[in-house]
Amino acid sequence: MNETGTQNETRSHTFSVLVDNETGVLHRVVGLFSGRGYNIDSLTVSEVDPVSGYSKITIVTSGSESVINQIREQLRRLVPVQKVSDLTTDGRSVQRELALVKVNGTGEDRVDAMAIGDKFQAQIVDSTTESFVFEIVGSSDTVDRFISEIMPLGLVDVSRTGIVAIARGAEEM
Amino acid sequence: MTEHRYTGGDIILKALTDQDVDVVFGYPGGVTLPLYDRIYQQNKIRHILVGHEQGGVHAAEGYARSTGRPGIVLATSGPGATNTVTGLVDAMMDSIPLICLTGQVVSNLIGNDAFQEADTTGITRAATKHNYLVRSTDDLARVMHEAFYVATHGRPGPVLIDLPKDIILGEGQYIAPEDVKPRNYNPKIKGEQEKIEAAVDLLASAKKPIIYVGGGVVNAGPEASHMVTQLVRMTGFPCTTTLMALGAFPASDPLFIGMPGMHGTYEANMVMHDCDVMFNIGARFDDRVTGKVDAFSPDSKKVHIDIDPSSLNKNVSVDIGIIGDAASVLEDILAIWDKKQPVIESAALKGWWKQIDEWRGVNCLAYDQGPKIIKPQFALETLKNALAGTDYYVTTDVGQHQMWSAQFLHFDEPNRWMTSGGLGTMGYGVPAALGVQVAHPDSPVVCVTSEGSLMMNIQEMNTISKNGLPVKILNLNNQILGMIRQWQELFHDNHESECDLSGGPDFIKLAEAFGFSALQINHPADVETGIRHMLETPGPVFLNMAVDRNECVFPMIPSGAAHNEIVLGPNHEMKTMDDKANVMA
Ligand SMILES: Cc1ncc(C[n+]2csc(CCOP(=O)(O)OP(=O)(O)O)c2C)c(N)n1
Ligand SMILES: [Mg+2]
Repeated sequence: MNETGTQNETRSHTFSVLVDNETGVLHRVVGLFSGRGYNIDSLTVSEVDPVSGYSKITIVTSGSESVINQIREQLRRLVPVQKVSDLTTDGRSVQRELALVKVNGTGEDRVDAMAIGDKFQAQIVDSTTESFVFEIVGSSDTVDRFISEIMPLGLVDVSRTGIVAIARGAEEM
Repeated sequence: MTEHRYTGGDIILKALTDQDVDVVFGYPGGVTLPLYDRIYQQNKIRHILVGHEQGGVHAAEGYARSTGRPGIVLATSGPGATNTVTGLVDAMMDSIPLICLTGQVVSNLIGNDAFQEADTTGITRAATKHNYLVRSTDDLARVMHEAFYVATHGRPGPVLIDLPKDIILGEGQYIAPEDVKPRNYNPKIKGEQEKIEAAVDLLASAKKPIIYVGGGVVNAGPEASHMVTQLVRMTGFPCTTTLMALGAFPASDPLFIGMPGMHGTYEANMVMHDCDVMFNIGARFDDRVTGKVDAFSPDSKKVHIDIDPSSLNKNVSVDIGIIGDAASVLEDILAIWDKKQPVIESAALKGWWKQIDEWRGVNCLAYDQGPKIIKPQFALETLKNALAGTDYYVTTDVGQHQMWSAQFLHFDEPNRWMTSGGLGTMGYGVPAALGVQVAHPDSPVVCVTSEGSLMMNIQEMNTISKNGLPVKILNLNNQILGMIRQWQELFHDNHESECDLSGGPDFIKLAEAFGFSALQINHPADVETGIRHMLETPGPVFLNMAVDRNECVFPMIPSGAAHNEIVLGPNHEMKTMDDKANVMA
């Protein structure tokens, strides 16, 4: 039996990548994906440790087991990459996404929109007489469901952050 | 105590000196003038003024490959920097350590489309192992030393440092290499002991083994090659070396069965296909070696030793993957072997060699040198014999002549054979020979080329002669893009589309104009005299040899075919291995 096995089925994986926060580092990571033909389904990046100058990039990608192995090792080859963990295989993780959702409407629709907002524990972060902006936080799935439920009530705009993720439990990265 | 301040130019030169650099291949321009002014005022570092920045990078590659030390390139901003790109990708593919210094427009003009501005770090991000844009002269020394560390540790590769003019002109602190804390980049050197033990057990139990050696062994230093040699001789197992590793095991040793792959020997490919244990040290299962992956060595257990974790299971999945430096892992292998003293399958091995000798008996490199037209194989066999007994270095360009050189020339030591393997860059040979000769002024250095490739960096002939370097260029002039013609003959109904180079320049006049002694040979009977004359004439010599335009490189595994679909040449009754039964009979 070979180390990699022979599974070809495509699976979604979430990578958490700790990088030196230097110019071009995001380009390097994104360039790796485009240059080698890997998918990016979601990508987020932000500085997480201003003292040591680390940023964390969370990437959701998909591929066969051998492609996922390649992605992990290719990421590790990049000089500014300090750490790569595959949150999908390395244990359980929490994954969250935030969305700002603008709904325009009056009368009944407004009441219904607020009810859906309540159900999903979405906050109203801006309102006018004919519009609301909801802020919703949850798994991508929850955000998807919220959006599809509120869509018929006058949804006009959505901004999503993409996924951030972290390993569950006491484990440090 | 106030710390001493240095100009950026002096920091660069001091850092190069502290990194034991003795030569830089470069070409000046507006933004690097302040650095050139410092170069003018010192004599520790030699600057070779090349004819084109691409030539400069290939020269640095030749220097690096033949010495094991990083090669240094200096180019200006904009066009100077973009001219280095092909060379950088070449070095990236072949894992050659380089430091490429490029000038950049002054920091506050970056992004303004200033004169000769190019987004060099953007353009070269995928062409380098790593690159830097220096933002402050105080940071320059650290970046320089870190660049050397990155270029030479782990899988080696090119590192580029982009230097805005104000950084070169400005003042900053200098720190010595030993005071630079290498960043968190720590490639794994030592292999896992358990896996190495398992690999040794597997190797010892093999009935039909092959030791498959790649460029990683050359990169790990001459000691690694000597340990491979020890391992092969101790076991008596057959050894094959890739295009990048010719010389890592002595070609003159009877245990050497030639190169594997598309134009490898029949015996090497048959062994790769039929073996039961494949022991890969520092090769990357390149598609030119594996052919059709699904049909690659179907019945073998595979060990793969590589310093680059991403190489493991990339093209071919293996049974034991060991991440580590070839030299370190080989040392462990030899120690474990010594301790265990395993009993090898002598009887099976004898049968295996009997089989290999039968395959060898096919004499797959046979060619027919008639009385009239010079066969390129004959020219190279003659060159091999003429060089025998000297410590020679050979560079090649890309095409048929490259494959014949790999097949017919022999290398008994690593770092003697320089060729563009991964990228296959025409125009590599002449500048690479320049770099090799700079590093080894007293050794014979021969560039084997053909007129198509030669034209791609011919300007470096001037650099060679101007610097009094005794490079010998053997131009196997078939008046055609031979490798293109070969593929058109075999796969495109012999449609010779856009590959004819007949009526090209008078190479003799051209070589003389570049300051070479030039010599023309047209007849088989004159080949030996011509080659000896080329080697014995002092200074740079150009030998233009008219060779057969219609010859094809054989054996050949067509692209995407399996090893046992290898095609032998017209000098063989049988065309493919399907007929092997007849041959063996
Ligand atoms: C820069 C570059 N352009 C194109 C090619 C494609 N190519 C590969 S071999 C070859 C022909 C080389 O001809 P020549 O240098 O005359 O060598 P020969 O095959 O005749 O020995 C070409 C065009 C290449 N390898 N490199
Ligand atoms: Mg030619």
